[in-house]
Amino acid sequence: MSLLETVIFAVIKMLVIVVVMFLTVAYSVYFERKISAWAQNRMGPNRVGYRGLLQPFADVFKLLVKEDIVPDAAHKPLHTLAPFIALFVAFATYAVVPFGPSINLFGYDVKLVVADVNIGILYVLALTSLGVYGITFAGWSSGSKYSLMGGIRSSAQMISYEVSMGFSIAGVLLLSESLRPIEIVNAQYGWMWNAVLQPIGFITFVVSAFAETNRLPFDLPEAEPELVGGYHTEYSSFKFAAFFLAEYANMIIASCLIVTLYLGGWQIPYIDKLGLGETLTVILQVGAFIFKVVFMLFFFIWVRWSIPRFRYDQLMNIGWKVMFPLSLVNILWVAVLIMIFNL
Amino acid sequence: MLSIPIEYYLILSAFMFIVGVTGVLIRRNAIVVFMCIELMLNAANLSLVAFSSYHGNPVGQIFVFFVMTVAAAEATVGLAIIIAIFRNKLTVNVDEINIFKW
Amino acid sequence: MNIELILFIILATIAAVTSILVITRSNAVISAVFLVLNFFALAGLYLLLNAQFISVVQIIVYAGAIMVLFLFVIMLLRTDGEPRIFSDKRYIKYFALLISIFVFIQVSYLLLIGSPSKSVTGNQSASINSGTIETIGKELYTNYIIPFEVAGFLLLAATIGAIILAKKKFE
Repeated sequence: MSLLETVIFAVIKMLVIVVVMFLTVAYSVYFERKISAWAQNRMGPNRVGYRGLLQPFADVFKLLVKEDIVPDAAHKPLHTLAPFIALFVAFATYAVVPFGPSINLFGYDVKLVVADVNIGILYVLALTSLGVYGITFAGWSSGSKYSLMGGIRSSAQMISYEVSMGFSIAGVLLLSESLRPIEIVNAQYGWMWNAVLQPIGFITFVVSAFAETNRLPFDLPEAEPELVGGYHTEYSSFKFAAFFLAEYANMIIASCLIVTLYLGGWQIPYIDKLGLGETLTVILQVGAFIFKVVFMLFFFIWVRWSIPRFRYDQLMNIGWKVMFPLSLVNILWVAVLIMIFNL
Repeated sequence: MLSIPIEYYLILSAFMFIVGVTGVLIRRNAIVVFMCIELMLNAANLSLVAFSSYHGNPVGQIFVFFVMTVAAAEATVGLAIIIAIFRNKLTVNVDEINIFKW
Repeated sequence: MNIELILFIILATIAAVTSILVITRSNAVISAVFLVLNFFALAGLYLLLNAQFISVVQIIVYAGAIMVLFLFVIMLLRTDGEPRIFSDKRYIKYFALLISIFVFIQVSYLLLIGSPSKSVTGNQSASINSGTIETIGKELYTNYIIPFEVAGFLLLAATIGAIILAKKKFE
């Protein structure tokens, strides 16, 4: 492929990803409201469009036409910058998530990932560690004590859980021997999914992902009864919408990462043995990836309505005294696996 | 790449280092003084990486890795000291932290 | 004008300007924000130098961990609203500026006289090879294994020290 063709394909993939992302984020809000309604035995949104299917667009439109209020005590440049940091970090991570194997399109061999870089996992770690800035700046620049409390809580929480998240990923890297997401997926051929081989690492990673995305039971940065609205108390209109979208985008990216790292990515066990056509196999595999991600999203929402919020000291105790040692145990377990079975 | 002379990187590094030194000398907030020290460490890192890359030798980058480790350790201990001082004197102004001189 | 020079000029300008802004802003949080920007510019320069591993580590360690710690401490201590940012003694300020400018001119003069680029010629493939994770990982776990372990102990000691310092109540 010449340079021009590479650039054209990259731009097309980026556009597709961004459009699909915005739609998925919008519909994950709808999805969450419908499942919440199901969990609480009520109807959920059903007024706009057929069964409320246009509700997300109505929500976003409502937020966009509202007045943008900036408090007097706010530090204006940072107050404006914070939601964009949050949104940018959430969307930039998708660049390295592979959603299928390579496909043959119009004579070109196209990889179904925006950027196939050999330091993909490090890139993800770098971006997730930057996500804390959006929330911290939002908390500090609002000039309100509730926002500040939310911001400080969130930075402490995200730093603490990043540690166990990084150590859980180390177990995956030991088995795949590569930082390239595509190779990590390829290493999980058949039933050799990392969730099966290293269940402890899977659990610590999922729990850390919940904490990193500020979802219940770890949503202390915006705990309503104590902190009004947490770090986005003083935000309205489009800036609030940006935080709102970033939160759901983070939830989807967390699901994508869990699927890529632990649930075999796009792999369907032994589908290549069935002798299906090449294009059909690829379509089925992309479908499998989407199915797994949607299942993880459902899991996120399911947990939200099943488990109550932790207290702050409990959250720190779980992070440092349970999850961190468990992720170390997981590395030891992977090392034993490699030593005994030569995986 | 590597088509521009290495002096460009070295002069940028020298400039950042000097700005860091100036900051340490003239600022009074202990936290900002600390940030200026980080700035100086990074300036040194830049010249190390530049030399390593132009020589095609990874040793300079490994040294940068160790510098980052030490910087992380230094930041944790230093910030803990600043918190302890603040608890005691209710200020982080380095001009007012003078209990050892009279 | 090749693309490398243009990128270098952009990134170097960001790095230089933000480093000055770090020491001239009165609000510590704003200083920290500009320092983070400076670290990003440096990460870009490392990429330009083919040092991809150091570039990502720069963002993870400096921007993602150390600066968040700084922001955290600044917010906890609430020292904003410093009335006069520079030292009380004016002669110290001017003396520091004078010394800095003098040293900078001296260093630049030596660099341009000595012109190291005549003895250092960039080798593209060797440079790309030396910056990959494979090379650095191999070196760290073979030739530099003892310093690596010592660095681990240093971090452990720093963690324990920080916890004790932060917990202890001074009388």
